[in-house]
Amino acid sequence: MRHTTRPAISVAALLAALPASASDARYNLQTPVTGIAEQIHGMHSWMLVICLVIFVGVFGVMFWSVFKHRKSKGAVAAHFHENTTVEIAWTVIPVLILLGMAYPATKTVIAMKDTSNPDITIKATGYQWMWGYDYLKGEGEGVRFFSSMSTPREQIEGGAAKGAHYLLEVDNPVVVPVGKKIRILTTANDVIHAWWVPAFGVKQDAIPGFIRDTWFRADKEGVYRGNCAELCGKEHGFMPIEVRVVSAEQYAAWVAEQKKRMATQAQPAAPQASASTASAG
Amino acid sequence: MSAVLEKYFVPEPSRFPIYGSAALLLIGAGGAMWLNRVGSGPWLVAIGFATLIYMLFGWFGQVVRESETGKYSQQVDKSFRWSMGWFIFSEVMFFAAFFGVLFYVRVLSVPELADGASAMLWDGFEKKWPSAGPYVEEAFTPMGAWGIPAINTLILLSSGATLTWAHWGLLKGARGQLIKGLVLTVLLGVIFLGLQVYEYVHAYDALNLRLTSGIYGSTFFMLTGFHGMHVTIGATMLAVILARSIKGHFTAERHFAFEAVAWYWHFVDVVWLFLFIVVYWL
Amino acid sequence: MSAVSHSLEHGHHAHQPSGLMRWITTTNHKDIGSMYLIFSFIMFLSGGVMALTIRAELFAPGLQVVQPEFFNQLTTMHGLVMVFGAIMPAFVGFANWQIPLMIGASDMAFARMNNWSFWLLPPAALLLLGSFFVPGGATAAGWTLYAPLSVQMGMGMDLTIFAVHIMGISSIMGAINIVVTILNMRAPGMTLMKMPLFCWTWLITAYLLIAVMPVLAGAVTMILTDRHFGTSFFNAAGGGDPVLYQHVFWFFGHPEVYIMILPAFGIVSQVIPTFARKPLFGYASMVYATASIAILSFTVWAHHMFTTGLPAAGQLFFMYATMLIAVPTGVKVFNWVATMWRGSMTFETPMLFSVGFLFVFTMGGFTGLICAIAPIDIQLQDTYYVVAHFHYVLVAGSLFALFSGAYYWLPKWTGHMYDEKLGKIHFWCSIVFFNITFFPMHFLGLAGMPRRIPDYNPMFADFNLMASIGAFGFGFSQLIFLAVVVKCIRGGERAAAKPWEGAEGLEWTVPSPAPYHTFEEPPVVK
Ligand code: HEA
Ligand code: HEA
Ligand code: CUA
Ligand SMILES: [Cu+2]
Repeated sequence: MRHTTRPAISVAALLAALPASASDARYNLQTPVTGIAEQIHGMHSWMLVICLVIFVGVFGVMFWSVFKHRKSKGAVAAHFHENTTVEIAWTVIPVLILLGMAYPATKTVIAMKDTSNPDITIKATGYQWMWGYDYLKGEGEGVRFFSSMSTPREQIEGGAAKGAHYLLEVDNPVVVPVGKKIRILTTANDVIHAWWVPAFGVKQDAIPGFIRDTWFRADKEGVYRGNCAELCGKEHGFMPIEVRVVSAEQYAAWVAEQKKRMATQAQPAAPQASASTASAG
Repeated sequence: MSAVLEKYFVPEPSRFPIYGSAALLLIGAGGAMWLNRVGSGPWLVAIGFATLIYMLFGWFGQVVRESETGKYSQQVDKSFRWSMGWFIFSEVMFFAAFFGVLFYVRVLSVPELADGASAMLWDGFEKKWPSAGPYVEEAFTPMGAWGIPAINTLILLSSGATLTWAHWGLLKGARGQLIKGLVLTVLLGVIFLGLQVYEYVHAYDALNLRLTSGIYGSTFFMLTGFHGMHVTIGATMLAVILARSIKGHFTAERHFAFEAVAWYWHFVDVVWLFLFIVVYWL
Repeated sequence: MSAVSHSLEHGHHAHQPSGLMRWITTTNHKDIGSMYLIFSFIMFLSGGVMALTIRAELFAPGLQVVQPEFFNQLTTMHGLVMVFGAIMPAFVGFANWQIPLMIGASDMAFARMNNWSFWLLPPAALLLLGSFFVPGGATAAGWTLYAPLSVQMGMGMDLTIFAVHIMGISSIMGAINIVVTILNMRAPGMTLMKMPLFCWTWLITAYLLIAVMPVLAGAVTMILTDRHFGTSFFNAAGGGDPVLYQHVFWFFGHPEVYIMILPAFGIVSQVIPTFARKPLFGYASMVYATASIAILSFTVWAHHMFTTGLPAAGQLFFMYATMLIAVPTGVKVFNWVATMWRGSMTFETPMLFSVGFLFVFTMGGFTGLICAIAPIDIQLQDTYYVVAHFHYVLVAGSLFALFSGAYYWLPKWTGHMYDEKLGKIHFWCSIVFFNITFFPMHFLGLAGMPRRIPDYNPMFADFNLMASIGAFGFGFSQLIFLAVVVKCIRGGERAAAKPWEGAEGLEWTVPSPAPYHTFEEPPVVK
């Protein structure tokens, strides 16, 4: 039984590595670029520390007795088997700890749910298997396009080398201006999908026939990638989301370009959860 | 009923369970084939049901024989009581799921589709109940409460009373009252079912109210349909109890089977009351 | 002890069929218990083979082994087979073997129905596994069978629905049998509060089963009618709501996960006192904690639905209720540790698995708590973090407890001691490979790898590689268990009536192997 510690130590070491590398997305949540994602990131680190402390406390006691109170060391069993005081203590103290956890979480939930006064409203519609975007309000109103994965089939089947954004790249990314409150309405055309961009701390199911909403305000320009996060059939793994956060000027230019494109080229049917297809689902 | 045995009765090995399993396998496999128009599904289902009925008759017949030959001690009797109680509780939960669905669509999903954020997808859909949802176009007339349903309520309530009257007869040793009461109860049950069938035909023909009439049709037929199925089972069991009573089974002290079926019947009754209120009336 | 000698004399039955018919017609709780255990192990291997195929596909980025449709079928069937085929029947097998022995009953209350409860499972398994071979293949909608995706599926979905119905009937009958046995067949003097904790946890589990299996039956029935009979329960166009399915499913689904862990708590509560040679600490509070978990489990279902867009008040309610479950679970963990404290411990295989359970299950509990925090769950829902969470509680929780119980009672069941050395190897291989398999999944989930995908970006490659290697190691380690059991059934050192020095309870008062009929006359408990 000498080996009891071995997996214990390696596991504990791995756990300890978690908060230490908080900025490294390989072991932790992706680097946040919105206030909400920041809060989630912080809350997660916090909870991890609390859980670790409790874990080390409880299993410190357990492993102490595993090593000291064993028969081979001549330990004689005590006979106690009840103590109301400790039972009350280890009921009440966890309740208090949980209250401490619930407080910040409550604040974040309320902030996440506040989709009022957006600068731009975009409707994202899930299809089997791509996304349709529809700029409903704010600068860019009227822009609409489809967005599907652009990773070539050969890369998936192994005929070609895989690119850096393998499976996470699309033909027409969503473009939004930096620092603006973007409200995303989600819905779907066939089955449930989910619109998810980890760096924004946003994940919202897209439910056929219903509208749900969420919001984000990206603080940093860049390209942010996510996936459909609800099993939606065979290509579920292949309907990524790509969001480009750009400066106000670049955004204006992009909108102008889109308007021009839409004026000249006939757009495919507008991404709308048309009743007939929704009922077919 | 002869002397109560000391030992708890443990039955001999039995073939009935495996017949039952085979029956359900046939019904499950055949049903899936039937629904997908593959092979000989309906035949498998038919054979499965035949096997199931054979098994039920054989099994319950054996239980009746064991009971009549005094194999069941008071303790066994108590086991039966507990089990029937918890079985009925599981049935309550089954219906609770469907009542929950009705509550949800009436209070949450239909209003949300009409007035909530989702209304933008469904132009012109109005909040009302009964509703077939925003896209079921065929008009239908909902089922009113004060025709057949109200009569059916009276019928089921009286059947509860006649059943209790039969029970009093059994307790007093008045076999005539017992049998009359049971006959009346079964009859009322059958009339209820007849009216229910009439109501369904009327719904399909005259009201254009179908299972496919959106969420109203779905909840209406599923709730009343499952209830009707339970009335059928209950009436069948009552008929068996009636036959046994005629044969002279049951004593004033020992008549668990009678009571079990009575509980079941009252449960079906109570479910109907809820149905009447939330499906037909409100 | 008179009951024992009595039952030995009646060890053979006059009309006992032999051969296969013995097993098909038996009404003996020990036979039925054994069949449950064997069935569940076969299902565990089948589900495990599916898991290994999943892990083979996820070994490296790109599609190599299976096509996406088939991958989704594997994931779905793996979940269904493990939950309904492996873990649940295994616990019922334990209940069948142990509850009559532990409370001094001659058999289960309804021995014939007990047989049917078991024999419904093979047909259900046939329907479920057979669905791989029908046109369109097995259902690929995830084990949660979410509408409307499940409405799109082919014939395999219908087979799955009927399989779920049959398994539901089996579970309800099994649960009623257990409740009645415990309430009505305890030996004189065995008051409820003297009952072994395993019986308590099963009593409460049985109530959960009776309450939620019918709800699952209702949920899948509505899918069936939406698929074939034109109802609109989960279709907005007809006034229904896809999210409604999730509410109904999780009203079943969350209590279901406690159905899979409470009996595990029961087993651990038998094993730890035995090998600590010290009575269970806080027996009464353990009972109350179990009951609290069961009651709370009905109020937390929507924590699986934080991303469906519940209103803030809903999210907060379900978040708080879920967090509360950590309290009674914590009470249990603390009581087990307090039982070990100042005991006189030895570490035979059952104890190793129980201590391993405690250590690793608690990690799964903590990740559950992290998932319970609604804002964090927005990031974690439907990622590998959740996969890690539930394998920590299901594999290192339920499964390890099952192993612990199996080693603990094998001497009683077979009359032989198992091979202690092999048992220990099984434990160490299991716990090491388990962590290699599932620990990296936390990182994958945090970094953003969704679950139920057949292919992924190369940034997730290294941890997936690790997980796949671990999975094969873990899988093959389970063959050691098979070897131990086979060896133990065939022979080995004879087991005493009470092979464990610190064991207490009625099951240890009968010889090993437990005679075919025990306690035909109830023992008296002081
Ligand atoms: C045996 C099965 C089992 C068990 C016991 C649990 C236990 C718990 N689970 Fe888990 N869970 C699953 C099986 C299980 N779960 C499954 C299968 C899924 C996924 C289903 C699917 O989507 O396919 C899931 C998913 C799941 C989710 C949804 C995740 C998502 O999809 O986004 C959540 C969210 O709240 C959750 C929470 C919890 C919590 C809070 C507990 C708690 O009961 C844990 C309590 C235990 C502890 C907390 C540790 C011990 C306590 C102490 C030492 C006391 C001190 C501690 C503190 C005060 C912090 N679980
Ligand atoms: C209830 C218990 C349970 C158990 C015990 C397991 C056990 C395992 N699970 Fe599973 N799992 C679930 C319940 C369980 N799982 C559920 C509910 C899901 C969700 C499904 C869904 O998303 O819908 C899931 C999903 C799931 C996924 C995610 C799939 C996806 O999202 O696409 C993965 C991926 O790695 C996985 C892996 C494993 C592995 C490696 C094991 C290993 O522990 C298995 C080890 C056992 C063996 C490997 C068997 C040994 C046999 C042999 C070695 C071969 C010998 C063969 C013969 C003799 C014929 N599981
Ligand atoms: Cu769309 Cu998954
Ligand atoms: Cu849950």
